[in-house]
Amino acid sequence: MSHSLTGRRLAGSAATAGRPVARPYWNPYAVGFALGLVLLLTYVVTGRGLGATAAFSALAAWLAGAVSPAHVQDNLVHARYWNDGAPLLSWTLFLLIGASLGAFVSGWQGKRFSWSVERGPNVSDNTRLLLAFAGGFIAAFGAKIAKGCTSGQALTGGSMLNVGSLVFMGTVFASAYALAWFVRKEWL
Amino acid sequence: MLPLSSFVELGTGAELGLALLLGVGFGFCLERAGFGSARKLTAVFYLYDMAVVKVMFTAIVTTMAGLFLLAAAGWMDLSELYIEPTSYAAQILGGLIFGAGFIVGGYCPGTSVAAAATGRKDAMVFLLGMLAGVMAYAEFTPGLETWIKAGSQGELTLPTLTGIGMGWWVVVFVAILAFAAWGMGRLEQRFAGLRPRQ
Repeated sequence: MSHSLTGRRLAGSAATAGRPVARPYWNPYAVGFALGLVLLLTYVVTGRGLGATAAFSALAAWLAGAVSPAHVQDNLVHARYWNDGAPLLSWTLFLLIGASLGAFVSGWQGKRFSWSVERGPNVSDNTRLLLAFAGGFIAAFGAKIAKGCTSGQALTGGSMLNVGSLVFMGTVFASAYALAWFVRKEWL
Repeated sequence: MLPLSSFVELGTGAELGLALLLGVGFGFCLERAGFGSARKLTAVFYLYDMAVVKVMFTAIVTTMAGLFLLAAAGWMDLSELYIEPTSYAAQILGGLIFGAGFIVGGYCPGTSVAAAATGRKDAMVFLLGMLAGVMAYAEFTPGLETWIKAGSQGELTLPTLTGIGMGWWVVVFVAILAFAAWGMGRLEQRFAGLRPRQ
């Protein structure tokens, strides 16, 4: 396989950043229905919905605990994820491990797996990676304040008509739409 | 009565095993929807591809209708389900910050996992950024936790707030989805020029 310059340029500028042979995604309404069934099943089995951010809180508690267990128990945030000294046995962390397996299988089967950096044609890979780090930092910080992210608040809470979740969803979209014009070079 | 968790005490191993299985379904759906791609995700903010809203909205309505039907049939006790307490200030402030992270970073937490699992290096960096962000929150701003708790309105859902039952809300949301589906189709046509060429 040749990783020629044109090949790489294709990977960077294609809409899906996948190889040209990538199979199309499923119909969004069909996937939404399937995702809804997964969430419903999660509710039926566990009494709680899906989530993602808690997994990172658990990882952070584990890392902090590796440095100083005493500090973790003193810290208001870390303490909630300490899980009696076994922060890695977190439900959400295992959910995300499963999610990476599921996504990998789906991507591999659809020929969409690609070692690439997703970006618009007008930014460099390095700029994009820097912005990805900053975005992850900001998103996580916001999710901590809001007590959840797109999974835990928007999807899970939204389907129970949780008022806070619906407010969260509205502000997320309002904020992102308001900023989209300023970062258009990153994506368009 | 369901949920299962209200009458079966699962061991840690079984719980984590279930998490793993449900996660596989979760991740599979995210990737199938195209959410392993930052450009597909952010496309929603440039209006040429509304898949994010289509998928999310359909999922929410599906789960909502399912929960309502299970409860109406007497098989599920909705009061056993966990509801995150509402705190307007926290969800508005957090949402504004989160939205900024979404459009700048290109992912949200769950989708970044799906993207990293399919080789996207920017998603792997996004994951690191998230870990740093969570760490910073815990280490430097523990006061925010107390602030959020103090401002909480408690468990608050649309049915409890309005007195209008969940069944009616399902009807309302299905109607909004149908109308939105039509509107999003129009938007995608109108902004098709922004779509990157393959």
